[in-house]
Amino acid sequence: MSSAKRSNEPIVWFLFGVGGFFAAYFLPIHIALYGLAFPLGLIRDPGYDKTLALLQNPLTRLYLFAVLTFCFFHAAHRMRLTMSDVLNMRHLNTVLAFLCYGGAIAGTICAIWLLVVVP
Amino acid sequence: MVQIVPAAEGKELTAMPQYTQFQPKAYRPRMSAYWYLDQWHYLRYAMRESSSFFVAYFCVVTLAQIAALSAGPTRYAHFQALMQCPAMIVLNALALGFILLHAVTWFLLVPRVALRQMLGKPTPDMIASVPNFMAWFGATVIVALFILGVF
Repeated sequence: MSSAKRSNEPIVWFLFGVGGFFAAYFLPIHIALYGLAFPLGLIRDPGYDKTLALLQNPLTRLYLFAVLTFCFFHAAHRMRLTMSDVLNMRHLNTVLAFLCYGGAIAGTICAIWLLVVVP
Repeated sequence: MVQIVPAAEGKELTAMPQYTQFQPKAYRPRMSAYWYLDQWHYLRYAMRESSSFFVAYFCVVTLAQIAALSAGPTRYAHFQALMQCPAMIVLNALALGFILLHAVTWFLLVPRVALRQMLGKPTPDMIASVPNFMAWFGATVIVALFILGVF
């Protein structure tokens, strides 16, 4: 029996890769509309009722769950590496991993809870 | 035949030779804390990696939006008012810029790791990334139509 310790790197790299695609494909339009176009009045906001109706659709909730979960893990992995390499914080690698992946897990739990309790 | 070195005669044998002077040290190059400002390529790398902070930021904003929607029209109006603050507009514009940088570099990276042969010749990077950009455009239009209530 091999005593070699299995690395968990493939799991986080998988989540990072899938999250990278989700962030690239879907986040720009969300920010462009909800973050800029609606607040600036460039496009008319569909309003509370229509937005809630869209959120009540199970497919929308599934979509938001996938986008948020994968994007949280993508961000967590990249933030850990950025702080470790770019900001020279390699000596805090364990603490960074705990904070970043812990944050991603907390974000995912929050997303599940919020999407389940939608009226 | 064993050669006897006069200087070592009468001394005990040790497992490894012991050196006390001129011990080699590990080579650790000193790196500036602002190394990413040295070259444009480094800065672009640092900016691309920093997009992760904005991805996390907008995911939290989306969670806040879902919570406000669930809490009722008054809370959602507060959320909309918050998004209209100049500071939030600037932050969202920055987030959009960084996430667009992430998207473009991500799509341009795919041809470098994917099999890309056409008619026995490697295809140029831009041509190999075109399907990604087309899929991005399609996904953007579909999501926008859903959000705007067209569907």
